[in-house]
Amino acid sequence: MGNSTLNVSSIEEGFVLDHIQAGKSMDIYKHLKLDKLDCCVAIIKNARSNKMGKKDIMKIECPIDVIDLDILGFIDHNITVNIIQQNKIVEKRELRLPKQIVNVIKCKNPRCITSIEQELDQIFVLTDPEKEEYRCKYCEQRYKKK
Amino acid sequence: MRHLLNPLDLSVEEIDELLDLANDIEAYPDKYAHACAGKKLVTMFYEPSTRTRLSHEAAMLNLGGSVLGFSSAESSSAAKGESVADTIRTVSCYADIAAMRHPKEGAAMVACQHSRIPVINAGDGGHQHPTQTLTDLLTIRSEKKRLNNMTIGLCGDLKFGRTVHSLIHALVRYENIKFILISPEELRLPGYIRKDVLDKNNVPYEEVESLEEAIGKLDLLYMTRVQKERFFNEEDYVRMKDFYILDKSKMMLAKEDMLVLHPLPRVNEISVEIDDDPRAVYFKQAQYGVYVRMALILTLLDIKVS
Repeated sequence: MGNSTLNVSSIEEGFVLDHIQAGKSMDIYKHLKLDKLDCCVAIIKNARSNKMGKKDIMKIECPIDVIDLDILGFIDHNITVNIIQQNKIVEKRELRLPKQIVNVIKCKNPRCITSIEQELDQIFVLTDPEKEEYRCKYCEQRYKKK
Repeated sequence: MRHLLNPLDLSVEEIDELLDLANDIEAYPDKYAHACAGKKLVTMFYEPSTRTRLSHEAAMLNLGGSVLGFSSAESSSAAKGESVADTIRTVSCYADIAAMRHPKEGAAMVACQHSRIPVINAGDGGHQHPTQTLTDLLTIRSEKKRLNNMTIGLCGDLKFGRTVHSLIHALVRYENIKFILISPEELRLPGYIRKDVLDKNNVPYEEVESLEEAIGKLDLLYMTRVQKERFFNEEDYVRMKDFYILDKSKMMLAKEDMLVLHPLPRVNEISVEIDDDPRAVYFKQAQYGVYVRMALILTLLDIKVS
């Protein structure tokens, strides 16, 4: 293979998520619930990156108010979020750790009420922003990222 | 409407007020004998308990109220698969205040999210047991006349012992408190409590394995039982259960005014030979538990007695 490049056309309105850790884009696809949206999504995996070696990029064409980006801060706050309107980058949004995340991760404590109570939301609360530490709202067990 | 899920739901000032009220109840019980007339307490106990359930019930009866409830999951609709949320919604129609014990951590929080009446967390698994902490604080303050300037020994199961965790959280808010953590290696205080509570609040502590070595330095010794139900493995439990036994010979090494507390029930960790020692206040502690729960019921129901 030569130096071929993959072209994905620009979008009129939506998001370009850049500097995604290589291989994480499908997780983001799932967490942003893009499978439930009728919109155009381009996922570029293992793109070359001077900074990261390899990275993933996502382009999502949709109205900018239909996606809650807070969760990206939990997954990886190094992701660059470009907001596109009328084919132009109108904002580069900085990601913050969300104060609370709902139904994204599950409490692994077998003694937690979430393990038995029907239809109880899995809620994790940011307890230490410096350590990026989240704890289950109910049993307060710390969530360990892999 | 307020609930009590965690001892830290109450500020230091609110705890002071609650303990003052409990002391007033102790001194003038007749004044409070009808304060809750016409009110009902429901005790929802999904796992067995003697002291906690009966002390809540005694507290309400002493206030002139009445009680109803269940004392095991098998005798409630939980056996049919009913959720905590649905049970508390229903029970809210029958009573004015609820005390709930559940083996799962966070169960009381689920209850208070759906309840129309105040909920007292009477123990949620290994997580929180705030009325025990209030009992401990009332015992210490009543017997020592202070909650600051003390070296406190915590002995036994410091890993799974929720009473110990809650007590540490509550006591670090007072000045000049030092802890000596006495436990076998396997039952040490969890790292997150050492770091996030003790280190974060600059509270000095040392960890030792020998009770004899530590006892002479203590103003207060809080003994705990190694609880079988917290172990997944019977072998580990058997190895740990008699690690510490407080007896007359060890009490001879202690200060003359050192108090011995225990949340009870005790098994072997305190020999009955020291029950008559005036420093052993664990049965008084059970009595204080009733006064503090009376004060709590009045406070959560917002009933003022002049």
